Amino acid sequence: MSETSTRLDVLKTYKLYVGGKFPRSESGRVYEVTDSKGQWLANAPLGTRKDTRDAVLAARAAVKGWSGTTAYNRGQVLYRVAEMLQGRREQFAAEVAVSENIGAKKAAALVDAAIDRWVWYAGWTDKVAQIAGNGNPVAGPFFNLSVPEPTGVVGIVAPQAGYGHSFLGLVSVIAPAVATGNTVVVAAAADAPLPALSLGEVLATSDLPGGVVNIISGRTADIAPTLASHQDVNAVDLTGAIAADGPGAAAELEASAADTLKRVVRPEVDPFAQDWTVAPGTDRLLSFLETKTVWHPIGI
Amino acid sequence: MTTYQTLPAELRPLLPSPEDPARVTHEVPETHGGAEAREAWSRAGPASGPGRRTGRGLGPVSKAGRKGLALADDYARRYAGLVTMSTVAAQASSAAGGGLSDVASSEASLRRFLHGLPGVDAVGLEARAATLGTRSIKTTAKAYAIDLAISMIDLTTLEGADTVGKVRALCTKGRNPDPTDPTTPRVAAICVYPDMVATAKAALNGTGIQVASVATAFPAGRASLPVKLADTADAVAAGADEIDMVIDRGAFLSGHYLSVFEEITAVKEACKRPDGTAAHLKVIFETGELQTYDNVRRASWLAMLAGADFIKTSTGKVAVNATPPVTLLMLEAVRDFKEQTGVQVGVKPAGGIKTTKDAMKYLVMVNETLGDDWLSPHWFRFGASSLLNDLLMQRQKLTTGRYSGPDYVTVD
Amino acid sequence: MAKNTKKAEEPVRKNGLFEYAPAPESPAAAGDIATSYGHFIGGEFVDSSGSEALKTVNPATEQVLAEFAQGTEEDVDRAVAAARKAFTDWSALPGSERAKYLFRIARIIQERSRELAVLESIDNGKPIRETRDVDLPLVAAHFFYYAGWADKLDFAGYGSNPRPLGVAGQVIPWNFPLLMLAWKIAPALATGNTVVLKPAETTPLTALRFAEICRQAGLPKGVVNIVTGDGRTGAALTSHPDVNKVAFTGSTPVGRAIAKQLAGTRKKLSLELGGKAANIVFDDAPIDQAVEGIVNGIFFNQGHVCCAGSRLLVQESVQDEVLDALKRRMDSLRVGDPLDKNTDIGAINSAAQLARITELTAAGEAEGAERWSPACELPGAGFWFRPTLFTGVSQAHRIAREEIFGPVLSVLTFRTPTEAVEKANNTPYGLSAGVWTEKGSRILWMANQLKAGVVWANTFNKFDPTSPFGGYKESGYGREGGRHGLEAYLDV
Repeated sequence: MSETSTRLDVLKTYKLYVGGKFPRSESGRVYEVTDSKGQWLANAPLGTRKDTRDAVLAARAAVKGWSGTTAYNRGQVLYRVAEMLQGRREQFAAEVAVSENIGAKKAAALVDAAIDRWVWYAGWTDKVAQIAGNGNPVAGPFFNLSVPEPTGVVGIVAPQAGYGHSFLGLVSVIAPAVATGNTVVVAAAADAPLPALSLGEVLATSDLPGGVVNIISGRTADIAPTLASHQDVNAVDLTGAIAADGPGAAAELEASAADTLKRVVRPEVDPFAQDWTVAPGTDRLLSFLETKTVWHPIGI
Repeated sequence: MTTYQTLPAELRPLLPSPEDPARVTHEVPETHGGAEAREAWSRAGPASGPGRRTGRGLGPVSKAGRKGLALADDYARRYAGLVTMSTVAAQASSAAGGGLSDVASSEASLRRFLHGLPGVDAVGLEARAATLGTRSIKTTAKAYAIDLAISMIDLTTLEGADTVGKVRALCTKGRNPDPTDPTTPRVAAICVYPDMVATAKAALNGTGIQVASVATAFPAGRASLPVKLADTADAVAAGADEIDMVIDRGAFLSGHYLSVFEEITAVKEACKRPDGTAAHLKVIFETGELQTYDNVRRASWLAMLAGADFIKTSTGKVAVNATPPVTLLMLEAVRDFKEQTGVQVGVKPAGGIKTTKDAMKYLVMVNETLGDDWLSPHWFRFGASSLLNDLLMQRQKLTTGRYSGPDYVTVD
Repeated sequence: MAKNTKKAEEPVRKNGLFEYAPAPESPAAAGDIATSYGHFIGGEFVDSSGSEALKTVNPATEQVLAEFAQGTEEDVDRAVAAARKAFTDWSALPGSERAKYLFRIARIIQERSRELAVLESIDNGKPIRETRDVDLPLVAAHFFYYAGWADKLDFAGYGSNPRPLGVAGQVIPWNFPLLMLAWKIAPALATGNTVVLKPAETTPLTALRFAEICRQAGLPKGVVNIVTGDGRTGAALTSHPDVNKVAFTGSTPVGRAIAKQLAGTRKKLSLELGGKAANIVFDDAPIDQAVEGIVNGIFFNQGHVCCAGSRLLVQESVQDEVLDALKRRMDSLRVGDPLDKNTDIGAINSAAQLARITELTAAGEAEGAERWSPACELPGAGFWFRPTLFTGVSQAHRIAREEIFGPVLSVLTFRTPTEAVEKANNTPYGLSAGVWTEKGSRILWMANQLKAGVVWANTFNKFDPTSPFGGYKESGYGREGGRHGLEAYLDV
């Protein structure tokens, strides 16, 4: 992209990431991604409702395998993501810089934080059941154990604005959901989708089974309502649903999600102010878990 | 271990000869229909033929069959290979009870059968027994139940200090439990050691009250088979109507099921009288020593297959005697045995049942597990001594409206 | 099976059973029931701002027990204001002091448990044996359990000094009136919230009696407020702008409506909704206990249980054995006067519920399933339904898919564990499931596979204050009970 280059750069064709593959949008349409000055950066696929439904199918198909894999193995896969990202740190820093119109140093710091976030969640996979589970001392001759299980397919509206949203924010919403064994369909930041689409390339080479993370770029007004209303989606994370009104508004999406009683993570009161650099607690990690309690008699 | 060959000659008739193909037989009067039922099973296999109701118990049974072998099909599948009647098995005659004749053909098959019985969940069983224990038996139902309970008592004295005088007194009490109220029913039996049988028999002459004798080196059962058989034969000869034998818990817990089985069949033989009749056989498991409910269910089936007329929980001589869950489990076993074979077997909880309230709980269990069929002294007994006086005091309360006290019932 | 119709001289043996004489608990033990009730707001019993009154009837006799107020929006407003006012002091109270109030409540409930058990039985129709042995002990235990949490919240895993949410609006169903009240109020108060609770319109009496207990315990005014009424009152409460937390137990359609209503607000929501639980019996199950578990699973509380084991999935190889045993067991169920201590199955809670059960069972027959009930006599007055078994049921039948909420069991079969799991999970609900097998590894495998918040293995319908309860999928979200139950009332 450098003007002084004597060699013509090879540009990347950005694609969706669905079911472990890199399809173009089924619509065949793309939209222009520009920097803050309006300069063209790339064409991103304009993901449609149909693309979103395909992604939900892929995510559903991946639930059994991913939730059934050992927590140790999931942790290794997540750590592998961090390893792969480390090797492509500069690429992501460049994409974040242009996406969010920030300096290279800040962008690099955000990417570093995102890599570290994968590491943080990689370490959580085999511990979450130990903080969210319980042995319950019931008043009777019964063994009683509560264990957390993944909710299933989570639809995520990734952060759409704010400092660090395009990548650190994105990683901060994807990683906790998949760390606990869920599979996700992510509506990437509509105006800054390039780091998200590149992340798909990293995930595809990180031993993450296809379909565990699916990334769609395009209008959130198309993608988010499809996720919120889809009967085979178990939960929605509306973190990026910030539009004041219209079909992509958080309240509309939440109401739509209520039809099948999806679990809903609401956006912050002021999503722009969300500071993704702050160390995450366990809130997101625990958001897409179901507590299952098993009873069994104790007797000879 | 005692074998036919090592048995003293005079006792040999009591043990089945190893040469005899029908080496284990037991008597069920033809009027009970047991022979036909077993024969029908043997002839046609478990899946066909109308079920015939029959029974052993301690008295005549005349009711028409209800379901008989209806469940046999299920069991045949569950115990495939064990209960399927082969020609050989059919020829093996009516060895064990109820058509499961080849089950005891070898240690291995007996073991497979007993371990193929459905498991028992201890917590669930105890919870069911406890729930039944919350039934509230009042007014007319209570009066009925008290009289029924009295009539089901095997009034028992099994002490080293027993004397002729003590046994006579107990017999008097059994004949006329409440001297102030001649409408009080008699007890079912007087239960004594073998040497007291003659005394009890004489004291109860003409009353219809049975004389039950413990035997087989009661309570531990730790004697050789000839001694046990002699003990039994002695009690029968002295006039015992019923024999309460103990199983060899050591053999059972060691997994020597066939040994236990054969001992029961041998004692059953020893219960025979010269005139062809036989004393009824109650088989005591000492459930407190068997420890697990799975063992109790296995012991129940083992004894019923071997020809027990009654199955009984305990000797009353160990720390844990009859409990409601153990008794409930045995009630379920006799119910299932009858469903499968048509043969009705009685149940006797013994030891630790001291109050009217306890007795009510047991009757409720019988009522709601087995129903009317077993609600008689022919099919259900209480092995107890102090229970009678509590029942009498409660009876007096119902009659007079006043609470009675220990000084108003006789201490014998 | 009929009871209480027998004169003293009648034989005590009937239909092959030793027939128990009536053993009725005294209705007088329920204490005085007023002819009409208002609300409990700000520590006082007050009249409604409106004039509309509803009636609560004894479902076993159809006799009117009392009139009570249909809560208006203004009533709800007053109650929320009272709770808001009380919140400041209550949330500032040291946890150790809040704990002592809850311990007091637990103890007074224990002291008055007979009265409450009888009152519950009269108002709800459920047998006294259950209110006495299940409901009331669990109610007291729930308060006792959460009392202990009040000063230990720092250790609950929700960070240090976790804050309450504010005013909780709680709407509860009629199937376990006092127990559902306990499940709602105990954790809310322990965590420092104040509450406005609306009991169901067919069972308001024990909640109003609980208000008296709050007064006896000296609970500060406004910490607990009870507003009675039907769904309109409930909607006014859940939509009230000054409510910070909504907790609802009831049907999935209403839960869905509340979730929609709250969309876009900052109110925290927990929902405990319907179910269509599978009770799965393998061929190596402890059959006698499994039969008890099946009976307890569907006939406990007349089947008015969201986690009822309403679908029996039985392995084909033991189908006949299990069904024969089940029918034999059902023959011994005693249906009748809820106040008789020997009654197993009481009255259906309302005419409306009876109509729904009747409609769904008629659909079951129309769709070709085979219906069976024991031949028991039902009382003349009141709302009754025989324990009912449907065989030949397929997954497509309405009685296999819709929550009947009555003593009606649909029997389906399976051949392999995988098929059992597929059928069990093939429902939008996911509240509970049962597994019966003596094989330990299979239990754990099944427990992993089943999409249900509670899995009972070799038991069913067991509850405990320490044990989290709540559903997957359309059975709702959030957990009640245990450490997990605190989360619904904390700002985390």
